[in-house]
Amino acid sequence: MARYEMLAEDQQWRYRLSHFIKRFFLYAVLIGGALIMITPFVWMLSSSLKAPHEISLKYIKWLPESPQWQNYKIAWEAAPFAMYFKNSFFIATVCMLIEVTFSSLAAYAFAKMNFFGKNVLFVLFLGTMMIPGEVMLIPNYMTMVNFGWIDTYYALIVPWTVSVFSIFLLRQFFMSIPHELFEAAVLDGCSKFRYLLTVMLPLSKPALATVMLFKFIGSWNAFLWVLIMTNTPRMRTIPVGLTYFVSDVGAQYNYLMAASTFAMAPILILFLLLQKQFIQGIARTGLKG
Amino acid sequence: MLRIPAEMKRKKYWKETLEAYLYLLPAFVILGMFSFYPVVKSVIISFYDWHLLRKEQYFVGLENYQKLLSDKTFLMAISNTFRYVVGFVPISICLSLIIAVLLNNKIKGRGLLRLAYFLPWVTSSVAISMVWRWIYNQHYGLLNMALAELAQFVNKLVELATLGNVAQIWEFTNINWLMEPRWTIINVVIISVWKSIGYYVVIFLAGLQNVPTELYEAAEVDGATAWQSFWRITLPLISPTTFFISIIAIIGAFKLFTEIYVLYTGNPGPLSSGLTIVYYVYRNAFQRYRMGYASAAAYILFAIIFVFTLIQMYASRRRVHYEG
Repeated sequence: MARYEMLAEDQQWRYRLSHFIKRFFLYAVLIGGALIMITPFVWMLSSSLKAPHEISLKYIKWLPESPQWQNYKIAWEAAPFAMYFKNSFFIATVCMLIEVTFSSLAAYAFAKMNFFGKNVLFVLFLGTMMIPGEVMLIPNYMTMVNFGWIDTYYALIVPWTVSVFSIFLLRQFFMSIPHELFEAAVLDGCSKFRYLLTVMLPLSKPALATVMLFKFIGSWNAFLWVLIMTNTPRMRTIPVGLTYFVSDVGAQYNYLMAASTFAMAPILILFLLLQKQFIQGIARTGLKG
Repeated sequence: MLRIPAEMKRKKYWKETLEAYLYLLPAFVILGMFSFYPVVKSVIISFYDWHLLRKEQYFVGLENYQKLLSDKTFLMAISNTFRYVVGFVPISICLSLIIAVLLNNKIKGRGLLRLAYFLPWVTSSVAISMVWRWIYNQHYGLLNMALAELAQFVNKLVELATLGNVAQIWEFTNINWLMEPRWTIINVVIISVWKSIGYYVVIFLAGLQNVPTELYEAAEVDGATAWQSFWRITLPLISPTTFFISIIAIIGAFKLFTEIYVLYTGNPGPLSSGLTIVYYVYRNAFQRYRMGYASAAAYILFAIIFVFTLIQMYASRRRVHYEG
């Protein structure tokens, strides 16, 4: 601000005015934009608590006269949502745990070991990121039919237990841990596996957390695969269950909004609790390009 | 320094190779079964007249591809998808860049604002598309009601400004967003821009953090306006980030499916105006069991994405500045 002091008094005043106007517009645009982003959520919550006659008002009413909490109960009981939730939680948790294990192992090999065919394998792994999953959908479906895995947890878990993206992310993180540490430990007779468990993984908590969060959320929100893999309500997850719920209740939007709210609540809460971790993780992946 | 004999070194190398393979085994098996194998397999399937519920399949060579390229519905799916890509990609990148640049100032409540922009990205496409289905409702939807109020406000303003000479310049009647084919792609563009800009903002912010602040200070001393520094400093220096985002945005956009499926409750929109390539694949494979035909369609999608990525990479060689 050295420049500011050098200005004459009327110039200072003008500088301050233009600064104030700039700030005003800055905040106006940012806050206005943020409000637009939030509006669908607010409208969802508001609609979910409205009585049937309030849903069909022809003007905007943000607050329901008296919040109809029973909408949630009615929506919850109208479809086997308890089971959908159980399925979603189970699948997302198992996927996440297996994935982080497999990915750490693979990333460790790529980051710290020298072996035959390392570069070829790495390129092969990365290459799968280039190919849209939709190309693999049909053969994978046929594999599932052959295995007799349609409508089982296996179909919803096993194919998703490895993600090249996680392997890549973890490898980058592992590489940033000084190699001297590794050499010293190995020289002292520490086995590679023990080094991974006792040194690498504890040091990589932020990267592991990012990978796990991504997987949990991705798995929770997965749609197309679950849609084609499940025939009966028994195996459906929340998103697929929700689409069937729509065809059941039709235009009763207060119940639909209540269902949407509880369908996204766990992820929103998880995200709000861990948002720093999450946003840093994304920033890190973006940086590497 | 101790000399290790060549033979011991080689032995150690192979021992390490064996160990590394053990670590890679689980990932390799899963990827092999569900990524490498299907990539090859779907090429093969695409050369067959392959019906899921039939015992034997017939080799037809390139016939599926030929049929697809003269199939009016498929061509429509391609054109719908392109219209969506052309709408979504530039809008989402421009908006998120603007927001990121604004957020990169020293402001109060930055974390909270960023959170607001990011929130839609983590929510499930299904749940959120349902909310938008409600917002787009013709009679009771928020969008039409908000537009009606806006129209009323504008009319009143004009009436006041012209001292009552012009009464109504904007006659708003409720738009039937979900029933008129011309709105279909626009609807989905709005939803997905809304859903994804937060993600791009976060990546842009990370890119902006890498631009040295001294450059801006130097520019300011030289009398550059904020506008000039944006075009001459910010934009060139974050071009790797912009490149990265445009690639993931295009790839993601070509794979549009869920939003359409949910917004139109299991239909590809009025008069199939929301039939995208992935929707076409889904319909042929899992509703009609024509696996060969659908595989060929999926491969055409892959080819399109691939060509676009190549074009971008080629263009970026001239435009993207990497440091060092």
